Amino acid sequence: MTDAPPPIQALQDKVPSAPPRSQWLDVWSQFRKHSGAMVGAGFLVFITLFVLVGPYIWTLDAQALNMRARDIRPIYTALWDSGAKVDWAHPLGSDNLGRDGLSQLIAGGRSSLAVGWAAMVLTLVIGTTVGVLSGFVRKLDGPLMRLTDLFLSLPILPLLLVAVTFFRQPLRAAFGPEGGMFVLIVTVVALTSWMPTARIVRGDILALKEREFVLAARSIGTRPLHIILRHLLPNVLSPIMVSATLGLATAIITESALSFLGVGFPSDFPTWGKMLADAVPRMEDFPERVLLPGVAISLTVLAVNYLGDGLRDALDPRTRGR
Amino acid sequence: MKLRTLLLGAVAATAFAPAAFAERGSDGDVKVLYWQAVSIMNPYLSSGTKDIEASSMVIEPLGRFNETGAMVPWLVDEIPTVTNGGVSADLTSITWKIKDGLTWSDGSAFTAEDVKFTADYCMDPDGGCQQLAKFDGVSSIEVLDPLTVKVTFERAMPNPYGPFMGAESPILQKAQFENCTGANAPTCSTENFYPVGTGPFVVEDFRPNDVITFKANDKFRDPAKPAFATMTLKGGGDVTSAARAVLETAEFDYAWNLQLAPDVLNSIAEGGKGQTVSAFGTLVERLEMNLTNPSAELPAETRATVAEPHPFLSDIRVRKALSMAIDRELLVEVGYGRAGRPTCNLVPAPAMFASDNTECFTQDLEGAKALLEEAGYVDSDGDGVREKDGVKLAILYQTSTNAVRQDFQLLIKDWWRQIGVETELRNIEGAVFFGGDPGSPDTFQKFYADVEMYANNFAGTDPQPYLAMYRCGNEPKPSSQWLGANINRYCDPEYDKLIDELGQTGELEKRAELAKKMNEMLTKESYTIVPLVDRGRVSAHSNSLGGVILNTWDSELWNVADWHRVK
Repeated sequence: MTDAPPPIQALQDKVPSAPPRSQWLDVWSQFRKHSGAMVGAGFLVFITLFVLVGPYIWTLDAQALNMRARDIRPIYTALWDSGAKVDWAHPLGSDNLGRDGLSQLIAGGRSSLAVGWAAMVLTLVIGTTVGVLSGFVRKLDGPLMRLTDLFLSLPILPLLLVAVTFFRQPLRAAFGPEGGMFVLIVTVVALTSWMPTARIVRGDILALKEREFVLAARSIGTRPLHIILRHLLPNVLSPIMVSATLGLATAIITESALSFLGVGFPSDFPTWGKMLADAVPRMEDFPERVLLPGVAISLTVLAVNYLGDGLRDALDPRTRGR
Repeated sequence: MKLRTLLLGAVAATAFAPAAFAERGSDGDVKVLYWQAVSIMNPYLSSGTKDIEASSMVIEPLGRFNETGAMVPWLVDEIPTVTNGGVSADLTSITWKIKDGLTWSDGSAFTAEDVKFTADYCMDPDGGCQQLAKFDGVSSIEVLDPLTVKVTFERAMPNPYGPFMGAESPILQKAQFENCTGANAPTCSTENFYPVGTGPFVVEDFRPNDVITFKANDKFRDPAKPAFATMTLKGGGDVTSAARAVLETAEFDYAWNLQLAPDVLNSIAEGGKGQTVSAFGTLVERLEMNLTNPSAELPAETRATVAEPHPFLSDIRVRKALSMAIDRELLVEVGYGRAGRPTCNLVPAPAMFASDNTECFTQDLEGAKALLEEAGYVDSDGDGVREKDGVKLAILYQTSTNAVRQDFQLLIKDWWRQIGVETELRNIEGAVFFGGDPGSPDTFQKFYADVEMYANNFAGTDPQPYLAMYRCGNEPKPSSQWLGANINRYCDPEYDKLIDELGQTGELEKRAELAKKMNEMLTKESYTIVPLVDRGRVSAHSNSLGGVILNTWDSELWNVADWHRVK
């Protein structure tokens, strides 16, 4: 009986130098290296808490009129203009009807973010589904892409006017004036902005499904649904993330355009876009009424953009570790 | 502030003194700014206000309307009426007697032939006269003698003051325009740019859509007027810069029609070089109460028609409470500033037609609550909204998209909330709201809301056609393609009788009495229409320009002969 010869040193498996790590831990450590994404995520958490918890801390009603305290400037104006009308009761000032600036910013953020996120998620769901189906299922490709072309040629504003005319009453009856409008706006914004996502996803899927790893998966009998979920979708995550960030911004801006035309939320329902549009005529005298919601919209969109950028880098195994 | 008021008072006090002693042309040049440029000096060929007003300094009508809307004789000695025999008893003719010794600026005599020629000029079927409405119903014009002209109408005209009254209907010189009638009218550019007139100024140089220079008319009937030797009328630019040019820099003496937000205008006026003047016409911002049920559950044939009375707005006590809750002074302050004043009247002017009803000026929230209690509306389920028999006082309140209107909506919603009425706001794009498309559910005529807000006025000084809109059966309805002017679906046989009576009454005092009564029936007696703000016009003049009396019934420059330099 002889002992087995010792394996050649060079062929011996290396003992792992560190304990095994899960995929998501890798993603996280990569994500943390992207400082822009970290700042973006931080701001997004902050703004979300600001609009969700804000009303419990700053309890002034955003819609309460107070004619005795109107046209108050924000506290910081006192730094350079000692004669400015400021009041600690209204740290961000008040508008020409005496509505508090801070609570309006909170309430406006609630509706704007809700519309933005909901429309974005819906856009992604529709866009990705259509893109994946037309890329993966050859028979559906033609009809779905022609449908995409059809939607691309729809002008959004006339469509919205028609939709409001037809669906305002039933939705109002079902969800109330604000809820009904929310559903309508989110649906219409999503219905008119999923097409770029669908086209990008389709293009990527078409290229990916001819790759060897998909062939390998197919050859071991993986079912199409699993191929899509496990092999294709994670690989098209980056373009989806980019569309998502753009979609959020579009939704917020579209909502404000609608309010301006008078087919959006009721005129006493604050949103960032509406606050911005309302403040334009008095921009010279009260720049903060344009700046505050404008900066809030810009920062939110920027934060989502950076977050998306970081997520894309972190999720892509090819860029991970670089 | 006090010092400033004192100074202004002193300026005002001296303003009237020099006028009496001034001699013609002693005050040099006056600069007027119209942000819409003047393109023609003949109001019969243009309906633009700027053209009508510029020409009013050169060519004049027989009678004018003053700042209260009352008629004042201009080229005649008195306004013809039924009482003085100038208007026939059957209201079918009016006879004007021209002032003795009037001359045109070229020195020739002003005669009744010129008056007759003017009517023929405008009524020429080939002419395309822009002021033809002023000659509505005229069957013939006769020259009785060189200074008397008689206008005969096809039918009884309770208001025979269309022809030759006001800035839209001035007298042209026959000798000058003789070859410019009918299709030739627009081609006579020399005549249309340099008309011979009777007014205080004559055109010296006319540059269409730019600058016009005038010089004093040395044949003007009052030898001491005008005080200015020349006038420069500059056109073009925008409203804000026009306001600045007068109020901040005093480059110009007068700026016309400054439609600016009150706070914007106020901040410009702080320049202190001039002051704003305002005057009021008949434009009234109002709430219209829907007397019919706009509920979406009703079939399209009966929704918002007289077949379905409104569940709670058909109760006058609810309508009155809604009106009582409103603080009109505050609305004016927020929305219009100098360009508005509170009103309770549908017909706020001319002064003789305006009711002295001011009871709505005081806001009375407690009274409104008590009135709703009395009507049986109580908040029984504690949600802050009153109800009766399961009907909640929940109002859909619509208007057009406009910053001031949205501010009004918020304020009114807040007041109504305080008396226990729930309000849902809605704003519709103006083009749709006022578009009148029978296929759209959002027009103001269709009125698929409980309350709506907009402004309306009437042309001229006679409210008869305006008040006649509220006749039974004149409401928008499916069978009339949703056309019709009785927006509230108001119907009162008593009111219809008054409309008929007004159409047959010629005496001004009696007409005024009837008009006041009808106005009150629609407003304080039924609260069908809840007037909010009487919207006026704001212009500005420099501190050194005196004699300005702003007039919305006639040309703003109607009394330019009295303008003078304050020293």
